[in-house]
Amino acid sequence: MDDLRTVSKDVDANNTKISAKNVQVYYGDTHAIKDVNVEIKERTVTAFIGPSGCGKSTFLRSINRMNDTIDICRVEGDILIDGKDIYDRDIDPVQLRARVGMVFQKPNPFPKSIYDNIAYGPKIHGLAKSKADMDEIVEKSLRRGAIWNEVKDRLHAPGTGLSGGQQQRLCIARAIATEPEVLLMDEPCSALDPIATSQVEELIDQLRENYTVVIVTHSMQQAARVSQKTAFFHLGNLVEYGSTDDIFTNPKDPRTESYISGRIG
Amino acid sequence: MTTLAFAILLAACMVAYALNRRAATGIRDGGQRLHSVSGYHGLFALLMILVPVLVVILFWLALQGAVVNTLIMSSLPDGTLDGLGAGQVDLILAEIQSISSGRVFGDPEPWKTAAAERFSGMLQTASLGLVLVTALLSLGIMFFARGKVSAEFRARQGVEKIVSGLMIFCSVVAIFTTIGIVASLAFETIKFLRLVPLTEFLFGTSWEPQIPIRADQIASTGAFGWIPVIVGTIVITIVAIVIAIPIGLLSAIYLNEFAPKTVRSVCKPVLEVLAGVPTVVYGFFAILVVAPAIRSLGAQLGIPVAPNTALAAGGVMGIMLVPFISSFADDALSAVPRALRDGALALGATRAETVMNVLFPAAIPGIVGGVLLAVSRAIGETMIVVMAAGLMANLTLNPLESVTTVTVQIVTLLIGDTSFDNPKTLAAFALGMMLFIVTLIINIFALRIVRKYREAYD
Ligand SMILES: Nc1ncnc2c1ncn2[C@@H]1O[C@H](COP(=O)(O)OP(=O)(O)OP(=O)(O)O)[C@@H](O)[C@H]1O
Ligand SMILES: [Mg+2]
Repeated sequence: MDDLRTVSKDVDANNTKISAKNVQVYYGDTHAIKDVNVEIKERTVTAFIGPSGCGKSTFLRSINRMNDTIDICRVEGDILIDGKDIYDRDIDPVQLRARVGMVFQKPNPFPKSIYDNIAYGPKIHGLAKSKADMDEIVEKSLRRGAIWNEVKDRLHAPGTGLSGGQQQRLCIARAIATEPEVLLMDEPCSALDPIATSQVEELIDQLRENYTVVIVTHSMQQAARVSQKTAFFHLGNLVEYGSTDDIFTNPKDPRTESYISGRIG
Repeated sequence: MTTLAFAILLAACMVAYALNRRAATGIRDGGQRLHSVSGYHGLFALLMILVPVLVVILFWLALQGAVVNTLIMSSLPDGTLDGLGAGQVDLILAEIQSISSGRVFGDPEPWKTAAAERFSGMLQTASLGLVLVTALLSLGIMFFARGKVSAEFRARQGVEKIVSGLMIFCSVVAIFTTIGIVASLAFETIKFLRLVPLTEFLFGTSWEPQIPIRADQIASTGAFGWIPVIVGTIVITIVAIVIAIPIGLLSAIYLNEFAPKTVRSVCKPVLEVLAGVPTVVYGFFAILVVAPAIRSLGAQLGIPVAPNTALAAGGVMGIMLVPFISSFADDALSAVPRALRDGALALGATRAETVMNVLFPAAIPGIVGGVLLAVSRAIGETMIVVMAAGLMANLTLNPLESVTTVTVQIVTLLIGDTSFDNPKTLAAFALGMMLFIVTLIINIFALRIVRKYREAYD
């Protein structure tokens, strides 16, 4: 726990990357996120925890405006990234999503080759000037996704032919390939076995050097292992937010305490 | 009387159901555990009666007429039918039947009146017999089924067996009907091929099925090469598909991905209405609107245009196929998992990019299957082309000329007084057989592809 504490202290020195102010999210008449205020630090892993249905995914999806694709969903309040409101009129959600990557709970590789899965994002954003450039991006992304060694001999085999854990790492590599500043991960390990999970966790820890990572997880251990900051959601409210260390060792809110000790959820 | 038999059957079914159910419930209430819930005991009795008795009644009704007729004819005074042809015998039988039903014309011979009386009597006896048999059989089975009720009796398995038997029977009926249709087609085709060699039919480039009706008539001897006819079908099909694919696909993509909810909720039903328009109406549309429009356009541009162009018929057929292709494409696009769509959007792809690069490729097998089914529909479509395409078999690939199709030829060959022993009429069956084979092959391909894509996401 000692080194964790040092990390937390480092982190507090970091700048704020994402800041949410009085955010409300509605699905039709359902009020799914209630007045959430949070400041997420740059180059930090922030974990969202909380019982099922409390709105973790909903809040995560409003950070890259994926909620726009749901007809009945309505977001109010401000979410700023680098001080700029992403729900502003002049913000193009397509460009925003290139800066804020997302990894989903269920691996969702495209029914294309492994190479094309990675190359897709860079291609549509024009990040590669040549074929050689693209090859380099693909290799770099796969390496950072900790899956290069497993797939380097079959880059042109379909991505859907990989195992679940490999698919998830492929999806992480795919999200990294567009060089986002923020990486949102919605329960990225829920479909993985312990070995793949620890690979992904290791990966997340490395990603912290370059990215701001927000991860939703149901595993308290995982939150403790990978994150420096933790936010606890309950029934649409952000109940408590602070350094992971504090949340797990010294929760202030009784709801947080009973959740981490296994009494609600 | 027949109604009475059915009424008895119905009543027996209900009573047996109620009885067995009650009995089973009684056993359960007595504290024993039933193997099957009491409803199944009732259902078992019901089906045990319904199926066999219904079969008996239907057989009885089917055979009754023939049996009574034979009995009547053989009961006529000796010698009345001597030396008469089959047609005359039928005539006498018909007369006896009409007398017995009260329609007496002129002054029939006394033996006919007597036979008519016997005829009515026999019918009465037969109906009475039917009612009796129904009642006895139902009652017998009812007792049998009632005796079966016990805690261990596997009524559910019994019911399942009977029901699955019924389902097998129904599918066998469907299969045999198909086999029967194909067999009759094949039979006539073979007759045709005895008169016209297969090579001439398959590879001949001239189709003139007019043959002399009387021996002294001076006319061509007829030519039966199907190439110009099938080429006409192909030209019209290509025109139809070329029009239907882009409109159908783009409307499906628009409705599925881009249209606001309100537009979608209006357009989808409209497309479905389009799918429900009878083909005759499309035919009218082709003759009254499309063909004149093409003609006047051709005249303005100085291009020679035939009155019944392949373009008009194929174009209208294309419109007919739009809802077909669009609904297939819509299904295929909707079947692409939401996760893929989200994955592409989350990478910063625009909606158009998502559709073109991810959804469409993933949906393409389903779309191709739908297109192939549309092709086989276009090939077999009859009414529009009968109304809007030509009759002359013109070997051409130009859609502005008049062509005929396989279906049009089948219709014209069989219209009017026909006898089934000349090549002209038999040619229709040969064409039908070829049409069947072609569409069968396309359908098999289409279904294969469709099935493959269903497996892709399951
Ligand atoms: N597409 C939707 N339409 C309507 N309501 C939704 C939709 N998605 C989520 N909700 C509702 O919003 C609330 C929050 O859901 P959300 O998916 O954010 O929960 P979660 O914290 O991610 O739960 P879990 O841990 O189970 O993933 C729930 O009450 C849910 O029913
Ligand atoms: Mg969730």
